[in-house]
Amino acid sequence: MFGQANVLAQGAANFPPSVEDFYLPSILPWGAHNSYWFTKITFMVWLAVGILILFFLLSYRNPQLVPTKKQWFAESIYGFVRNNIAVDMIGHQGVRFAPYFTTLFCFVLLTNAFAIIPFFQISPNSHIAFPAFLAIISYVLFNYVGIKHHGAAKYFKNSLIPPAPWYILPLLIPIEAFSTFLVRPFSLAVRLFANMFAGHMLLLVFTLGGFAMLNATALLAPVSVLSWLMTVALTFLEFLVICLQAYVFTVLTASYVQGALAEEH
Amino acid sequence: MDVLAAVSGSTAAIGYGLAAIGPGIGVGLVFSAYIQSTARQPESSRMTLPYVWIGFAVIEALALLGVAFGFVWAK
Repeated sequence: MFGQANVLAQGAANFPPSVEDFYLPSILPWGAHNSYWFTKITFMVWLAVGILILFFLLSYRNPQLVPTKKQWFAESIYGFVRNNIAVDMIGHQGVRFAPYFTTLFCFVLLTNAFAIIPFFQISPNSHIAFPAFLAIISYVLFNYVGIKHHGAAKYFKNSLIPPAPWYILPLLIPIEAFSTFLVRPFSLAVRLFANMFAGHMLLLVFTLGGFAMLNATALLAPVSVLSWLMTVALTFLEFLVICLQAYVFTVLTASYVQGALAEEH
Repeated sequence: MDVLAAVSGSTAAIGYGLAAIGPGIGVGLVFSAYIQSTARQPESSRMTLPYVWIGFAVIEALALLGVAFGFVWAK
């Protein structure tokens, strides 16, 4: 890490950051090129999984009637997702889905948070593979729930045929099919990915831009401080985006499940 | 044909600037509607909040598609 700072101070880092900056060197095998089996990203995903499993297991291992601090914290996260997302969006049936939504919310929140935690400073979700897989899970979930609840024929009829005059249906059915079965998972994945990608890029531009100006001319060098202050401010913005995107991903999944469960269109 | 002006490098940045106009207006409309409805009927603020975030997220996706495809089509 300090080596990295040295590299930056000597101006070795190329300034306009590119997509290449998202491909971190391999950890296992150490320093290998073009080997992405075990990188910092992989490590962070497993770490997030481990932290979440341990946290919820430990905080609920010995539940008390008057909750301990840890139990209170875990319960308020679960309570928030259950009451403000699952029940608000889906209704009383939503309680069934609350455990999955809580897991999803915590996982996205924690993997997003790596974007601003010192020494991690990149979110696994800035690689599209992870948001894409989470979106696939949500996609399978809401389709499965809908088919199980209504039966396949009624589910597809409900979600494809809106209550509209027959002559407009040839136009509406393709639009509905496109928006429900293609755009939903795609936009779910791209939204989270692009937010984390753009956020990391933004921080890189101002951090590396500071070093670039420091090394440019004596006149520009003091301006680099301004650039780094901007990085600090943007880190706070990133914090907002991190929480918001975790919330939005969960709320949208809940709203898709609600749509699949709804009786009428 | 004489070339009067030429642009070098990636024009994706200009494209993204243009792409951000629509979502910018859209996100503005979402929050203005929320503020208005809350000012008129403060007790509805909690009820409408999830829809604000859904609307915001759906509109914002357009701008974010711009970020992603700016890099995809940059070359």
